[in-house]
Amino acid sequence: MKKPLVGEIGFGTVIDHIPCTATFKVLQLLGPQDDLVVVGNHFSSMKIGKKGIIKIANKILTEKELSKIAVLAPKATVNVINNGKVQQKYKITIPPQFKNVIKCINPNCISNHENSGTLFCVISANPLRVKCNYCEIVIDKEEIQLQ
Amino acid sequence: MNFKGKDVISIDDFSKSEIIHVLKTAERLEKKAMPNILKGKILGTLFFEPSTRTRLSFESSMKQLGGNTIGFADAHATSVSKGETLHDTIKMIEHYSDAIVIRHPLDGAARLAAEAASVPVINAGDGKNQHPTQTLLDLFTIKKAQGKISNLHVGIVGDLKYGRTVHSLTKALSHFHCKLSFVAPPALRMPVQIIRELEEKNIVYSEHERTEDIISDVDILYCTRIQRERFPDPREYERVKNSYILDVPLLKNVKKNLKILHPLPRVNEVTTAVDRTPYAYYFQQASHGIPVRKAILALVLGGLR
Ligand SMILES: [Zn+2]
Repeated sequence: MKKPLVGEIGFGTVIDHIPCTATFKVLQLLGPQDDLVVVGNHFSSMKIGKKGIIKIANKILTEKELSKIAVLAPKATVNVINNGKVQQKYKITIPPQFKNVIKCINPNCISNHENSGTLFCVISANPLRVKCNYCEIVIDKEEIQLQ
Repeated sequence: MNFKGKDVISIDDFSKSEIIHVLKTAERLEKKAMPNILKGKILGTLFFEPSTRTRLSFESSMKQLGGNTIGFADAHATSVSKGETLHDTIKMIEHYSDAIVIRHPLDGAARLAAEAASVPVINAGDGKNQHPTQTLLDLFTIKKAQGKISNLHVGIVGDLKYGRTVHSLTKALSHFHCKLSFVAPPALRMPVQIIRELEEKNIVYSEHERTEDIISDVDILYCTRIQRERFPDPREYERVKNSYILDVPLLKNVKKNLKILHPLPRVNEVTTAVDRTPYAYYFQQASHGIPVRKAILALVLGGLR
């Protein structure tokens, strides 16, 4: 299944091993694309049972996009495709901090009142749990809202 | 240990040895007046919401060390009410003062102020989040009352769900191998986040609904207020309210060294009859605000090391 998917683009990115429930959320957070996008869901996976795959032509993920994907799909892998071949393959990693990626769910938090940006420290990677640098609220993975 | 220039935002930022150093400095300042160590220094006290006791405590502490204060007691009188951001207010005030004390209704405001300021910032309460000098004075009080902080059995009673004082105290005590017993109605139990932290640190704790269940075992009983408006169902408040009033008959079988603490002001959760027992220690606790705040000011402004 993997080979034809990769083979279809000359240059771009394949995001693999996305949990099925997160596939379309990942697509959504990446926003509208100019070029070919292929999305597949419920492929069999040795690693996570069932998985989603997103392939985007002529696209390299930014640091910020990788941070956001880390929240939704912490076990995903990213393949950078060049000349139709996998040029680079790496696992998504949970960064020690999320800067301007997560929105604080506490309505009384200063970050929701002043244009300070947000900063969350990761206090546990698996399961993901983050703490707001400002109001110190601890948020579990299920409650995390992306900015 | 060098505290000069350090911000005091959250008790979570303090290591055990830093806490001990602040308490030792407070002891030094209690024994010996040092009326000149902050001479020529100016403290800005920015109270975006009123808290007369905390503000006067900081201002008196600063003046007792030879320093001076500027500031406001209420944001309505300032450009803040005209929509100036906290960041910009701090950027102005930092030119007028050597350190800033801030109280603000929003959670996290003190951290934001510290990021904006080039001078040290001391949090005097940010919304429902932190009030670290209160926590340090609570620890100082426990030390004075029992001669130590480590290996005590501490009972904490009242609104444990919303009470920022008890959250910070619980986290701070987790450095000192205390046994903790929490007493609250089911609707106001200690949040799971804090319980989880205790479990991760292997702290011995227990949860109860009645003060009677623990009072004969504890060395410190820390009482806090239960507010009617915290209950989703007012009938629930009516049902439990009397269970959390501490009165003399409850003190029949307590340990001799028991001391009762309360952050004050109280309403009726500790009766005035308790004041006359040897266990009452909340007025001494209130008096410890001065040495502890003097210690913080002296340390962050470099008057003492
Ligand atoms: Zn926050």
